[in-house]
This record gives sequence, C-alpha cells and structure tokens, in this order.
Amino acid sequence: MRAPLSWIQDFTPLTADPTEIADALNQLGLEVDDIDQPGKEINGVIAARILNVVPHPDADKIRLADIDFGDGQLRVVCGAPNIEAGMVVPFAQVGAVLPGDFRITKRKIRGVVSEGMLCSSKELGLGDDHSGILCLPDHAELGRDVREILGLDDTVFELSITPNRPDAMGITGVARDLAAHFGLPFSIPTAPPGIVGERIDDVSVVIDAPDQCPRFVARATAVTLGPSPQWLQRRLTLAGMRPISNVVDVTNYILLERCRPLHAFDLGRLAGRGIIVRRAVDGESITTLDGVVRSLLATDLLVCDALGAPQAIAGIMGGRDSEVDDTTTEVLIESAYFEPSGVAKTSKRLGLRSEASARFERGIDPNGTAEGADAAVALLAQVAGGVAHGTTIDIYPSPVARPRITVRTARVNSILGTDLDAATVRSLIEPLGIMPEGNGDTFTAECPTWRPDVVREIDVIEEVARRHGLNNIRRTVASAPAGTVGRLTAQQRDRRKAADVLVGAGLSEAITLPLVSNNDLERVGAAVDAVVRVSNPLRAEESVLRTSMRPGLLAAVARNAARGNADVALFEQGTVFMPPLEKSLLPHEKTFIAGVRSGMRRESPRRSDRIADVGDAIDDVRAVANTLRLASFEIVASQINGWHPGRCATVLVDGQTVGAVGEFDRAVCDAFGIASTVVGFEIDLDALISARRLDNRFRSVSVYPPANIDLAFVVEQTVSAADIAATLRRVGGELLESIRLFDSFRSEQLGADKVSLAFALRFRAVDRTLTEAEIAELHAACIASVQESHPAVLR
Amino acid sequence: MNADELIERAAEMAELAESGANRATSVAQLGEIERDVVRGSLSDIKKHIKDVDGSDKARVGQALSAAEARAKAALEVRRIDLESEARAATVEAERLDLTALGTGYGVGHLHPVTQVWRELEDIFCGLGYEVFYGPEAEDDWHNFEALNFPPGHPARAMQDTLYLELGDAEQVLLRTHTSPCQIRLLETQAPPIYAVMPGRTFRRDTMDARHSPVFHQIEALVVDRDITMGDLMGTIDVFFRALFGDSIDARFLPSYFPFTEPSAELGVSCPFCDRSGCRTCSNTGWIELGGCGMVDPNVFTAVDLDPEEWSGFAFGFGIDRIPLLRNEIDTLHTLLWDNDVRFLSQF
Repeated sequence: MRAPLSWIQDFTPLTADPTEIADALNQLGLEVDDIDQPGKEINGVIAARILNVVPHPDADKIRLADIDFGDGQLRVVCGAPNIEAGMVVPFAQVGAVLPGDFRITKRKIRGVVSEGMLCSSKELGLGDDHSGILCLPDHAELGRDVREILGLDDTVFELSITPNRPDAMGITGVARDLAAHFGLPFSIPTAPPGIVGERIDDVSVVIDAPDQCPRFVARATAVTLGPSPQWLQRRLTLAGMRPISNVVDVTNYILLERCRPLHAFDLGRLAGRGIIVRRAVDGESITTLDGVVRSLLATDLLVCDALGAPQAIAGIMGGRDSEVDDTTTEVLIESAYFEPSGVAKTSKRLGLRSEASARFERGIDPNGTAEGADAAVALLAQVAGGVAHGTTIDIYPSPVARPRITVRTARVNSILGTDLDAATVRSLIEPLGIMPEGNGDTFTAECPTWRPDVVREIDVIEEVARRHGLNNIRRTVASAPAGTVGRLTAQQRDRRKAADVLVGAGLSEAITLPLVSNNDLERVGAAVDAVVRVSNPLRAEESVLRTSMRPGLLAAVARNAARGNADVALFEQGTVFMPPLEKSLLPHEKTFIAGVRSGMRRESPRRSDRIADVGDAIDDVRAVANTLRLASFEIVASQINGWHPGRCATVLVDGQTVGAVGEFDRAVCDAFGIASTVVGFEIDLDALISARRLDNRFRSVSVYPPANIDLAFVVEQTVSAADIAATLRRVGGELLESIRLFDSFRSEQLGADKVSLAFALRFRAVDRTLTEAEIAELHAACIASVQESHPAVLR
Repeated sequence: MNADELIERAAEMAELAESGANRATSVAQLGEIERDVVRGSLSDIKKHIKDVDGSDKARVGQALSAAEARAKAALEVRRIDLESEARAATVEAERLDLTALGTGYGVGHLHPVTQVWRELEDIFCGLGYEVFYGPEAEDDWHNFEALNFPPGHPARAMQDTLYLELGDAEQVLLRTHTSPCQIRLLETQAPPIYAVMPGRTFRRDTMDARHSPVFHQIEALVVDRDITMGDLMGTIDVFFRALFGDSIDARFLPSYFPFTEPSAELGVSCPFCDRSGCRTCSNTGWIELGGCGMVDPNVFTAVDLDPEEWSGFAFGFGIDRIPLLRNEIDTLHTLLWDNDVRFLSQF
C-alpha cells in the first residue's frame, strides 16, 4: 500500500515531517517499508515557455529554442522533435541536477552554446517516455520548480498492512490513525452530489445469493470517456497504479482512497440493462479483463447481466464483455459487499488476485457502500462529464449493525499491565471511531464496521495498547513460580550427550534436508512403499519425508568430495518420518542419529594416516552406547539392503534391532557419485535413550594385585570374537575384572579360513589376593571352555 | 708401620680417592674407587691400629676417620655431578620437537544452529522454563485452527504450507511455525506453564539466499494468572540481554498474529553498531527478529481454559537468524544444508 502524504492531508491537517510521520505509522502498527520521495533527485528544474524555435545553423535534427523562464530569457539547444513556440516545458538550468546525479553545465553543441536543457519525462525519472520534451500545463507559473507543478514534492509512505486492517488499505484509514496519533481533526468530506440528470433509473438488480453478497449498490451515469486530468493521474501513479481512462481511474481512485472496490460496467453492453448476482454453475466460464478464460465452480460468485451472462467474478475481476472502452457512453457503477471467505476461496483457486479481491477477502465496510458509489459519481461528474441517473439502487436486506462491546477498564489494565483510568481509555479509542457510551469504569463501546478486527473486548484493548504506545508500557518480568526448576528432560540431556560424544570422536554435525525424493531413498536401499509424501511439493527432489538420514549424509559426502574435501566425518541428529501408527493421523516421528566417515583418518605425523574403515563406524556407535551406559548392546553381523553384505551389522539393544552399522554398498556410493569407501551407522536414538541402562550402584574397587592372563586362539573365521569373549566372560565370572581383544590377524601359517584372536584377561578378587592355584584353575577353565564351545584351539 | 706412617698412608689414600673421583667418568668407576680405596686400603690400615702404641691409637683412629670421610665426600660429590651429567645427556637425547607433535586428534564440531539452539534452551532453563518439542508434522487443528486461524482466514495465505498425503485433503501438514507446540502443551498440561519450544519448521519456499523450505524457530509460552503485556516485554528484555549483552534494548511495534492479541513485532537494538546504524541493521539501528503478543482468548477457549482466569504471552523468532547475524554468514543456504566440512569446522 502506497500512501502519498498529500492525499492523507485531504483528510487531516498533518504538518509533521516525513520521518516523524513514518515513526508514528510504525508505532501504530502500519509498518513503513520505505519512504519514497520521487522528486528528491530533481534539483533546479523550472517551468519555462518556448518563445521561438529556430533551426541550428550546422545541424538538421537539432534546433534552438528561445525560452522565458520568468526571471529572464535564454537560448538552449534541443534535439526533441515536439517543441514549438508557446509550449511550457521543464527547463534544467545550468547547475541543475537530474536523476542519476546528472549535472547540467553550459556546453557547446555543434558550435552553439546551450544555456541549459529542456527535459523529457525520462530525463526527469518520471517514466520511459523519451520521444519528446514533457509538456507542462499551459497555466504553469514560469520559473516555478517543476517538482511543485508535477506534484513530485510529495512523500509516499510504502506500508505493509497486516491482514487484520483492511481499513488501512485505503488512504482514509491511514489518515484516521495518524489524526488520532497527532491529536488532529479527521473528516471524510461528503461527496458533492455530482450532476444528476433527468433520467429515472431503469436498471434492475437481483441478488440470488444474499449469503455471499449481503449488499449491492448500483448507480448509473452517462460519461464521456477520455484521459483523466493530470492531478488524478498523478495521484494514481504515486500510489502505484497506472492511469487508464477517466472512468477506470475514478473507480481505482475511490478504491485507494476509501478501501472501496468498485466496478464500472459498460451499461450499453449489459444485456437487459440489469444485474443478477448468482453462484456459478460448475463448468461455466468467463473471459476476464486480462483476456484469460476462467472456468468456474458452483461455489464461485458471479455478477451477471439481466439475462444471466457472467460479466464479472464477484469482488475479483470484471469480464471482458462489458469492459469500459472508447465507445462507452453510459456506465453502471457497482459498489457491493461480498462475503470475505468466498472471495478468498475463489481468488486462491483461480490464482487470481486483484486490488479489489485483496480488500474484499480481508473484509471491507458493508456500511460505506452507498457513499462509495456516490463519491464515484461525483468524481465522474468532475472528470468524465458524468451525468448520473436520478436514483440509487441499494439492496441490503440485513444491515450489519455496529458491534457493541462491554469494555472493563480493569481488564484493560490487567492485560496490558497499565494503570489507565476509564476516561483515558475512552479518549484513546474515540478518535479511532470506537464510540464509548457512559462514564463508568465499565462502559459500552460501539465499534465501526470498517474495523472488522474490532468485535471483542480484547480487540478494543489492543486499540488502547496501540494508541497508548507499546513502548510506554512499564516492563516487568514474569518469573516461573517459586519452586519450579527449569531444566532439560532426561531425554533432551541424553540427545545432547549422544551428539557431544560423536563430536569428541571427530565427527562434525551436519543438517540435511528432511525432504527427499523417492529416488534418494531407493539409492540408499531404503523402502519406498512405506513413506509419507508431500501432496504439493515445489520440486520432486523435496516430495517425500525422509525415513532415513543416509541420503542426506551421502549427498553431503559427495558434495564435499566434489569440492576436494576427501576426508569427511559427519553426523546428524534429527527427525525421520514413518507412516502413521494405527489409529493415528500424523506420521510416526522418530529421532535418529546417523554418521558417515570417508577418506583418511589423519593421525599425528609419527603415525601413518589410514583410511577410515568399518571399525571406526563401530567405534562411533559404541561411543554413543557407552556414553548412554546401555545395559545391553550388541552388534550382530547381518545383511541389510544398501550395505556391504560382508561388512554390515545390526545394532541390537535389549534384543531389539535399533539400527545398522557398516560399510556402504559400492552400488550405493556409485549412485551418489562417491568413488571412495564410506562407512557409517544409523540408529534410532530415542530407542537407545529409552533402553535399559547399566545399574549405577557403586561396585567396590579391589585393592589386591591383579592376575593378567593373555590367551590367543586360532578359530574358524565363521566364529565371531564376540562369541569367544562371551564364553570367557561366562567362565571368568565375578573374578574377571576386564577383558579386551588386543590382537586379531590372519596368515598363511594359520590357514585360509582361520583367524587368530588374542584376549587380555585381568582377574582380581575384591577381598583377597588370588592364589597361584586359583589362577591356574581359571587359566585352564578359560582354555577348556573356549575349545569345547567353539571350533577354536589355543595358539 | 708406626702411627705416623699409618696417618700419612691414610692421608695418601684420601688424596688418591679424591683425585680418582675427579677423574672418574662414570658411576661405575666411582664404585671401583670406593671398593679399592675405602673398603680396600683404608680397611687394611684399620687392621694395623692394633699394632700401634696405646697412646697413638686414638690419633690414628681419628686420622683414619677423617681420611675415610674425605674419600666418601669426594666420591659423593662426583657421583652427583656424574648423575646430573647423565640426566642432562638423557634429556638431550629425548628432546622432541613439540610443534611436530600434538597436531590434534581432530575433534568435530557442533553445527552453529545447534550451538545457538542449546544456548537459547539454556537461557530459558535459567529463567525456570521447561523445554518442549512437538511433532514436525501436524494437523490443521494444531497448526491453524486452534491458533485462531479459521479456514479461509487471510493470515493462512501468509504461510505457504506443505501438505502431506495423509487424512483428508489439507488435513495433515508440515508445521509452518512452532506455535502448534503451544496448543499441544496447553492440551496436556495444566497452567501455570513456563515453556520454550524450539523446533524445525517448514514452508513451501524455494531455497535461495534468504529462504529455505525448512528452517528453525523458537517459541516461548507463559500461561499463568495475571500475566500482562508488561511482563511479556520485560521478559523479552531479560532474554535478549542474556543472548546479546547488557546494552541491548527490545522494541515493540504493533502487529498482527491470529493467536495473540495485542500482537507486536519484536526487534532488538542492533548489537553490532550499538544503534548507530550499520549494514546488518540496514542503518536503522534495529533488527526485526520475530513476533509476540498476549495469548488470544480464542486460543484459551480452544483448549478449554477460561480466558478470564488465565492470561499469558507468547513470543517466537527464527533461530537461524542468530548465527547468520553473529557469524556474518552470507546466506541461509550456506548455513543450512550445504554441510561443507570447511564451513562446519569454523564453529
């Protein structure tokens, strides 16, 4: 919404300077996006009359003009074809500055000195017209600054109007707020009656859908089509609208001024000289003013001619068939009130927004309808030779009453934290047209229908706050009640711990898009049948909710690799979305944690770097499990789609699968364009967090000497180290303080399908030193059990 | 040997031990001297004491003790010297170039958004608030209707929504703001409520320098008896000072959100130029961060609370904005989704 200051001043005698006004507008909630001063860049350009035009002695297309600029006469060189004696034109004196910081100097053109320059519209920054010198009004005072003549000395406030304030989508609404703020009078002058002719109305209006069209006002008038006068064109231009013709410009003028959308039908082209407002029939269509054929539904509202042919989509756009053009001699002005949600629905469905629909869908004043039509007729009499028909048709079966609201001063203060008395509250709202009745602390306020957002007590309280000034309210602090402890939940703390331990392990946190494509999920081997889809995605790449973070992380590895970042270690913690559980409407959301490593692990200079391998991924998972102190945690080799069949394991917690760890399948990496090996893991973090934890009771620490026993077994490669360790743990019982796999290798001597596993066992009793005999017995029992339970022999 | 000879011999032995100790180049050599002189020669002399006259016994004995003490002292002094020389040599041999070591074991980095997210949670915990996360996919009721956005409401059009293929058309969606968490809390907990709700939010937007289909917001909600607009503004002051520093001021301009009334735009004085105007604040001295207001009575009614009994406030803003401003990150796309390790390792 662009509000020119001069237009605001039609309604209130505002004298504050533009920055002060902008500040007031912001304080009032009419946010100023920009302050536009269109003439700011024009300096030293004045009106001058051309006295005489003579040819240039040395050039065909350039002429010399003698001009009178009020204080004297000069000769300038000019190349424009349209100059002639008698014209009043913009004259840039020597020393003048034009837009683009173009400074005018005295210069010689083909041997003749030019004492300045005559300007086109384009040179003044007023438009693209560069075909000739701009023609100023004949009566313009010579020597006067063209900014004043052209109205460029104006200031235009560019406002962002919130959807609750349709009234402020009109100049009068903005002016009313400003008048209240500055304590100035405010009035909307009653339109002069215009020129009313002899003719009695023969026009008919029928409303078939009063729920969607509660009011319809029509006035007919004879007009003479032509361009609008300069002042009107200038105001429309300043407000951001293109002048079209006097009739159309008048409807736009009233729309901008009063937030009163009007439509002018060519009455001669309205069959039956009448209007029927009705709902459309499914499949019906209309060609709108923009030349587009719009197909309609039964919920859309149409303004039709008396024979029922569609002439406008109500409140949105007129139809081509009854469009006003050069041949128009008689128009029907529609000033209606259409129900907001119907207009919004049709406008949204058709993707067709207009200045009118933007206002209707927010709710205009149903009670200013006739006044709007009258103002238009009066203005048409002034600028389009309008001679109006004698009567006004106004169909308004159920007039909308002004809401009457009980306002409690105590409530105002308890919501705002203020200490205002009732008289002050009343004095704050009255200038907004909210009329208080009575003198008590509790009083009734009658609210204007141009403010559809003021229908409850809280709405009035907001008006009080706005007028009082939010920044004048004393600031206090709401503290949580005594005894309340503000802290993260155990789950929230555990999520942080899991992330922190991975950061410590060398992974950096990535954030990848939770919107993926089918193809992304297919590429990592995830199922694509059980997914939740977006019904209106902008791009196919963002059309499915992720069920896995692997696509995002692998894409990040690929992007890094493409930029030469070969060594990557990333993790992500976030939501994945599974289809709804039974009886639930919403997707089943889970918090996952996933990591990837690719490239080298950089070691210190004395140790050689090495390629991150599946062991690193397992260490990462174990780090998370250990930091959460899980009671039961297993990694069991298995085959999972998308992972290397021989280097992948299921992660089990309390016997339940919670995720996978391993090396990504070569085909998966290839699909993402990653040449190197990528290892990683993905686990359901919430499942880990809700799993059983290690008993946290204190266990005494033995002070007696330990017995260390190293045992190496040669085992079939099908046997897992975890199984052997489990056997050793079982045999060691309580005396086994710790066990660690410290070596694992294959060699030709061992045989192709054999592997050597070496464990360091430490035995210790809490209450005594173990005897040699006890140690020997344990040693033997460990060897015997492993050899009995597994295809293993002591090395 | 007579007494004098014995005394002279002892003195000679002491001298021999002294000179030997001074020449010795290892602790082992000192051991040899100790063995030969102290335990050898001087012990031999001791054996001869019994042969001297009674009156000289004491004199010889004293001389012998003195000689033994001299020899031992010389050996001890030299031993200390030799040991410290040996230690110095060892140290020299073990000297390392520490700049070639300890090059870091490559600790990772938390994402800058997470760092700010945690900071925000911690500040609110300090104010006694609980932290609540709601679902990212929501139904129309929680995201719109209960928040006083009835169907067809123009404010819905301000939030381009991504809908899901679940339920009826446009019934399930990706939440467009964190405000539905307010409804979830109010539906499940009785007031008083002091809560903060950070989360991921979605809009139907194309990714560019300033937009992203997915971004992060944080929302605070207080519902108690006698909560005022003054409380809202004072609490925001306290919060922003904790976040940006003590010299920060909060500014409130009236605005409109369906679920709060009165509503206000929430701005802070520019922490980068102290309000004198800079590029970050577009020379206005203020940075618009989010919105706030008093909980609308219709919201209380939607969750079966009596708006005459309870009042409350809510405020919210974008989390991503904070690292963008603080770290002068050029685009939203750099901050989110890019995941270049050279970027992540800067924080």
